[in-house]
Amino acid sequence: MQSQERKIQAPQPNLETKAFWDAAAEGRLMIGKCTACGQVHYYPRATCPACLSDKTELQQASGNGTIYTYSVMRRAPIPYAIAYVTLQEGVSMMTNIVDCDLDKIKIGQAVRLVFKPSEGGPPVPMFTPV
Amino acid sequence: MSIKGKANIVGVFEHPTRKADDKSLFQLHAECARGALADAGLSKNDIDGYFCASGDTPGLGALSMIDYLGLKLRHWDSTDTGGSSYLLQVGHAAEAIAAGKCSIALITLAGRPRTEGQATGTAPRAATVQSAETAFENPYAPATANMYAMCAMRHMYQYGTTSEQLAWVKVAASHHAQHNPHAMLRDVVTVEDVVNSPMIADPLHRLDCCVISDGGGAIIVASPEVARNLKRPLVKIIGAGEAPKHQMGGQIDLTYSGAVWSGPAAFAEAGVKPADIKYASIYDSFTITVVMQIEDLGFCEKGQGGRFVSDGNLISGTGKLPFNTDGGGLCNNHPSNRGGLTKVVEAVRQLRGEAHPAVQVKNCDLALAHGTGGSLGTRHGAATVIMERE
Repeated sequence: MQSQERKIQAPQPNLETKAFWDAAAEGRLMIGKCTACGQVHYYPRATCPACLSDKTELQQASGNGTIYTYSVMRRAPIPYAIAYVTLQEGVSMMTNIVDCDLDKIKIGQAVRLVFKPSEGGPPVPMFTPV
Repeated sequence: MSIKGKANIVGVFEHPTRKADDKSLFQLHAECARGALADAGLSKNDIDGYFCASGDTPGLGALSMIDYLGLKLRHWDSTDTGGSSYLLQVGHAAEAIAAGKCSIALITLAGRPRTEGQATGTAPRAATVQSAETAFENPYAPATANMYAMCAMRHMYQYGTTSEQLAWVKVAASHHAQHNPHAMLRDVVTVEDVVNSPMIADPLHRLDCCVISDGGGAIIVASPEVARNLKRPLVKIIGAGEAPKHQMGGQIDLTYSGAVWSGPAAFAEAGVKPADIKYASIYDSFTITVVMQIEDLGFCEKGQGGRFVSDGNLISGTGKLPFNTDGGGLCNNHPSNRGGLTKVVEAVRQLRGEAHPAVQVKNCDLALAHGTGGSLGTRHGAATVIMERE
């Protein structure tokens, strides 16, 4: 349970990402979707990284995924697990695995979305084993 | 147009310092420039091209550095791809020379992370850097070590690579470093030493990580006409390749690096194959970095890198692919947290027959230097240079 105590740097929303962080504040994780080419992407952006179209929108993710890879940082005041989680929707995102025994995390493990408060900014999407 | 045979490396210098608490950053750059010029037998006013990376030359692009050095130039470039910048710049200098834009190009690197006390590998990134991805990454505390550790973790999961196999990379580097009087770490270590060293970021141990050192280096690239009038052995650039790799909109695959593109481009230009290479300088920020790049460059099949590096296969004199005979970033030097320049320096020493006799590769007429800069865990620039002794 140690990772809960780590202070989480506040994300700084900008004009392009404000909607994403507003949704996060309401407990929703959004991914990017391009209506021109149909591809989903992460991190969400105004410009589709697959086709450069500006016809992008946010799509709510289910919040279910699996751990693609991870690492527990031992050389830190409070050890924490960084990871890439592959979402059910097909994109992978950098995140932390929290609320669990850090020594039992495994690649391929099913995880679900949780939000954790940041230091003075919007809450941050993280994952915990199912 | 190809750069093959259109430019030579005529001067190299690796600063002997590993802790420069009595020198400024700009002073270190200048000392490196002076060293490389002396090695080549050239003087400052011969330089008409300058290449550096904006990340270790404060000021607007390269302008402050150019001003400080008092250079009069026809061509310059300060592209920054982190530690691989200087490998990229060797290719860019060769291109500029081939195109007639300059004839004698200086490349410098310097930095003082050790004196400045940076916890380079383990400290999360500062909040002040705001590029597009920052808000989606910094809250999770990515550092250097844990990003490469995630590559290693996935490589182990997907290919069965072990900590013992990764350790062999460090073991080989230490065998070479024992002969380098300037190396930070000169003790020969064993696989057990590596896997029993403290865990930094699972699965990377302390001895899987490179050193943090001050220092720098410089390279002088010149036209073949200039090279032939100098008194140094002739080392010509015969191929170069570069490629960025990134997150591809969330299609993350951390099992390979940009070397899968930069390597084949360099080999095609050079007209040689991985099996022809007598010596390789491979960027070694971490042991896993070497394993992945060796695979991606085609020295072995994908996923077989762990087996390939085992049992001393990277040790000069005994292994099939002698690598980083100066001790590399893992033991010798990682100036400014950027290891690309010293990779070229040791490759040139090998081609000239000027490496330490204990590690000199016999009849070393073809060498490769390769690096990735940035992070294998997020986005990086890969660059490969192939050089031949004439």
